[in-house]
Amino acid sequence: MNFDKELDARGLSCPLPILKTKKALNDLVSGQVLKVVATDPGSVKDMQAFANQTGNPLLSTAEENKDYVFFLKKK
Amino acid sequence: MENQPRKMAIIASKGTLDMAYPPLILATTAAALGYEVQIFFTFYGLQLLRRDLSHIKISPLANPAMPMPVPMPVMVSMLPGMESMATMMMKQKIKKHGVASLDELRSLCLEADVKLIACQMTIDLFEFDKSEFIDGIAYGGAATFLEFAGQADITLFI
Repeated sequence: MNFDKELDARGLSCPLPILKTKKALNDLVSGQVLKVVATDPGSVKDMQAFANQTGNPLLSTAEENKDYVFFLKKK
Repeated sequence: MENQPRKMAIIASKGTLDMAYPPLILATTAAALGYEVQIFFTFYGLQLLRRDLSHIKISPLANPAMPMPVPMPVMVSMLPGMESMATMMMKQKIKKHGVASLDELRSLCLEADVKLIACQMTIDLFEFDKSEFIDGIAYGGAATFLEFAGQADITLFI
């Protein structure tokens, strides 16, 4: 998937993946895509909740080796 | 269309290392999710507003739920140095597992426009000086808190 920015949130625990995602999204323009890589298993549900609550669609969630890879679109 | 932002009110009344986390984590996360958040710091919670947070500790004494590497009788927990050791071990764990430090969480609160309110009554009670606290906080009493909490969707006492 194409993305405009990547955020490395590996090694960070709740709530840092979400907080850093929010910050990273602030720098994007509407329609751009953010890729987030995290290792916190809790981030899977958190990203979904974040997407639902803030209206920034979560395009996909995947698990690659020990990492969780998310693609979010800025609304 | 955007509705009115939801509101969350928290009372932070504790000043130990373990109890410092819940208000700050919930506040920053809620702010990231679009909530308007206010934290009212009262009694020992005021310690969390000090400029230097390195003094925040955790005691193994009277904390039977604290996981210990070895069973710890109360008679040992009360010995000099045990509190510092428990605090140091906890801080190491926090760092090791990538959990944010209290300083970081508090900075994130301020960045996210979480309103931090210090209980004026507690300040008077313990004769604290405002210069001991960080900048950017408000001062108020119970009525101040209740006005906001009355409209809040989530209100928590920690």
